[in-house]
Amino acid sequence: MHFLLLFSRQGKLRLQKWFTPVTDREKKKVIRDMTMLVLARQPRSCNFLHWRDLKIVYKRYASLYFCTGLGNEDNELLSLEVLHRYVELLDKYFGNVCELDIIFNFEKAYFILDEFLMEGEVLETSKVAVSVSMEESDTLQETMEEYMSKPAY
Amino acid sequence: MSPSVPLQEMIRAIRSARTQCEERGVIQRECAAIRAQFRQADNGGRSHNLAKLLYVHMLGYPAHFGQMECVRMIASPRYSEKRVGYLGAMMLLDEKQDASLLITNSIKNDLSHSNQYVQSLALCTLACMGSAEMCRDLAPEIDRLLRASNSYIKKKAALCAVHIVRKVHDLGELFAPAARSLLAEKNHGVLHGAVVLIIELCERNPETLERFRKTVPDLVQIMKGLVLSGYSPEHDVAGISDPFLQVRILRLLRILGHNNEGASDAMNDLLAQVATNTDSTKTVGNAVLYETVLTVLDIKSESGLRVLAVNILGRFLLNNDRNIRYIAMTSLQKIVGTDHNAVQRHRGTIVDCLKDQDASVKRRALELSLALVSASNIRSMMKELLLFLSSCPAELKAHSTSGIFNAAERYAPSQRWHIDTILHVLTTAGGDVRDETVPNLIQLITNASELHCYTVHKLYRALLTDISTQSLVQVACWCIGEYGDLLLRGECQETEPVQVTEDDVLDALETVLQSHMSSPATRGFALTATMKLSTRITENVDRIRSIVSIYGSCIDVELQQRAVEYNALFKKYDHMRAAVLERMPVIEKNSPGHTNGESMGDAIKDIQPAKMKQGEPLLALQPANQVCDLLDLLGGSEETLQPSPATGPAVPGLLINTASTAGGDLLDLLGGLEPALLAPAPTVPVYENEGVTLTLSCEKQSDTGLTVTLTASNSTDSDISSFTLQAAVPKSVQLHMKAPSGDSLPARGTAKVTQMVVLNNPNKVNLKMRVRISYSSQGSAFQDTVQIDSFPGLNAAGH
Repeated sequence: MHFLLLFSRQGKLRLQKWFTPVTDREKKKVIRDMTMLVLARQPRSCNFLHWRDLKIVYKRYASLYFCTGLGNEDNELLSLEVLHRYVELLDKYFGNVCELDIIFNFEKAYFILDEFLMEGEVLETSKVAVSVSMEESDTLQETMEEYMSKPAY
Repeated sequence: MSPSVPLQEMIRAIRSARTQCEERGVIQRECAAIRAQFRQADNGGRSHNLAKLLYVHMLGYPAHFGQMECVRMIASPRYSEKRVGYLGAMMLLDEKQDASLLITNSIKNDLSHSNQYVQSLALCTLACMGSAEMCRDLAPEIDRLLRASNSYIKKKAALCAVHIVRKVHDLGELFAPAARSLLAEKNHGVLHGAVVLIIELCERNPETLERFRKTVPDLVQIMKGLVLSGYSPEHDVAGISDPFLQVRILRLLRILGHNNEGASDAMNDLLAQVATNTDSTKTVGNAVLYETVLTVLDIKSESGLRVLAVNILGRFLLNNDRNIRYIAMTSLQKIVGTDHNAVQRHRGTIVDCLKDQDASVKRRALELSLALVSASNIRSMMKELLLFLSSCPAELKAHSTSGIFNAAERYAPSQRWHIDTILHVLTTAGGDVRDETVPNLIQLITNASELHCYTVHKLYRALLTDISTQSLVQVACWCIGEYGDLLLRGECQETEPVQVTEDDVLDALETVLQSHMSSPATRGFALTATMKLSTRITENVDRIRSIVSIYGSCIDVELQQRAVEYNALFKKYDHMRAAVLERMPVIEKNSPGHTNGESMGDAIKDIQPAKMKQGEPLLALQPANQVCDLLDLLGGSEETLQPSPATGPAVPGLLINTASTAGGDLLDLLGGLEPALLAPAPTVPVYENEGVTLTLSCEKQSDTGLTVTLTASNSTDSDISSFTLQAAVPKSVQLHMKAPSGDSLPARGTAKVTQMVVLNNPNKVNLKMRVRISYSSQGSAFQDTVQIDSFPGLNAAGH
């Protein structure tokens, strides 16, 4: 996987993860092109596109488009499953996730993504394991914060 | 989970801005506040501020002033700050920023932190934006973590190692042993990471690949466990147990089994089992089946298994789901060269997909259909393709037309069919055809002498209906000019007879001349055609004379020049007119009149004085024939040599046919067929032995100077290193060897080495060159010598 983008029906970017080194300018161009290409697609069309030398796989979930760029060797059908798994993880974490959850808690969306994918590859194949890691990290964060806000006597 | 209140307030404020201007204002204020906060000492709200900045960054606003803050946060002892700090590093820093080096030390420390979540942050960030230097620094740490830590860290370390190997290829060796031992783990995450790492190592280093072949039985075992195991709630996806891991293992098996009988045999049963037992009702099952099919087709599988794989693809083709059909066609495309007959069986379904609504599916179906055209099905396929062309989306038109032309060229059952097909394409999609179409069609028409009458009638009728398609109009004008007498005679066996008067014909040509839709080139065609008619008609010659004289003052310089010349033909050189304008000789392919890629306007100017230049091209043809003979002596040349001269500035660049320029990608798909060359300088194989091939091409730089390019490739299964070439030439010739492109030739021709040699032959002696080839392969040294007596593109005397 070369990149993963989440954007709304109006083309607003909600999450961007780049798995290869890309300049800022290039990133902006890719985002523009992807939004243009994907938003122009008819409903019920094929989820696969060709763009430059990459295979683009996209899927729409409610008001968000999940779009990823694959290299030549990657399995397109499996990446549909990867996108679906990510949505499931978000759903489990936020409880009935919607776009607003991802907007207001974007850093959590990134943390979940980092527990699921790394270097463009699947990191953990078990849903349960990802949820457990997120819970434990959050707990760690909270105890640290609590510790900090306790007044020093 | 406690959301960051300050962050959410800011987000709310930004979202409630009603205009872009208002939003910018809010963000500027917030950024100023954040900057101020950054400058202050630690105040407990640092992570919130950085998070705010990251949100602003995602909206597209500049946020580089946050980079140093990220560095500071990463160094903080608090987990919440580290978490946001590392996130900031991944979003704001990349390997090109100087600040990224500053976090190397923090990462190093955090990799040995007591808390695994801190370790994981460091691993994640290193894998995301680690530069080559950072990777080199920290690789030993990662290796340590691969061996001795819990599964949570091991799986992250494995993918971090993948990143390191991708950045610094040499470090692959470091991780190979650890990767091997990870295959024994039970944890799926670790296994998955290990398989990805091994794939990466094997793809980069053939020696590592050899060593990992021994793991095939283990992999088969793991895979069997996954496929046959009962329901495992943790890893189950719609009845398939851990499809992600299954697909990865299949991919690794593909790499290990490629070109290796032993490994392929070991996995045969497993693949058959997966192919038959996997449930294909959901996408996830099909994903596994897809990967299995790809693997079966890429290894040395038994024929039975191969048939099974192609049948699965056939089933995919009939699936209702568009995605599956798309995948099926992509896969069939890969094997259409090797398993052509198997794919032919599904031709009907593929052709049906041409009618699908979806643009992606249409594109795939077009590519595959073009690859499936053969002599036996050309008529029916062409019908379908032409039907497709009439409703084809704009972005596919150019590709379709060139594909159709190619197919027609190769398999036309008759000349009339061929001409009809091209005319049909021109009428439906004439605006999207390549430039070469016009000269090619004209050449075709001249060759079909019995059909001249039929052709000119058809074209005349087409011209009357519509003059907007430039290519069609150009061909029509040319034909009317040439065969106007046949048109006027009125009778034609092949079409209904129609009475055409001279005035009608001249009217048609004049309409083209005057229409604002005609391009300058087209008007050139029309004017020349009008002029030619002056010898073919009897009554209206005066009309022609007046048309020609009017255009003598035309603004378009090209037309003006032509008109003035034709005027001269009427006045001073009237005695020559009949001879100059007589019927064209049949245009041969590769003859001087047959050009590619240049506008027809130039070609016409070349054709008319062609008679005077006949002498020169004939001379140039001689050495090509001689070279051909030499090639026969050398025997078994792998590349087809065009018998056309590449040198001679007076002769325009000659290429065989459209296939080379227009159908470049198609030729890759059609596979197994000789590659039509584009190179203007013909390449000649001069040496072939033990799998090492050396080819030569040369280019004349001046009267005495010549640049020779030697290209070497290696078709054996083992790499070649220390490859060097030495050359010797006759005494009076000066030789200068440039630096070669490299000295190693990887196996199976994946890359070539080129060496340029500049020669100067001031005394114009007979040019010969002796080349010594030395290299080492599989530990032993080889040396060989070859003498080159003739160079392509030069005549026998070497000038």
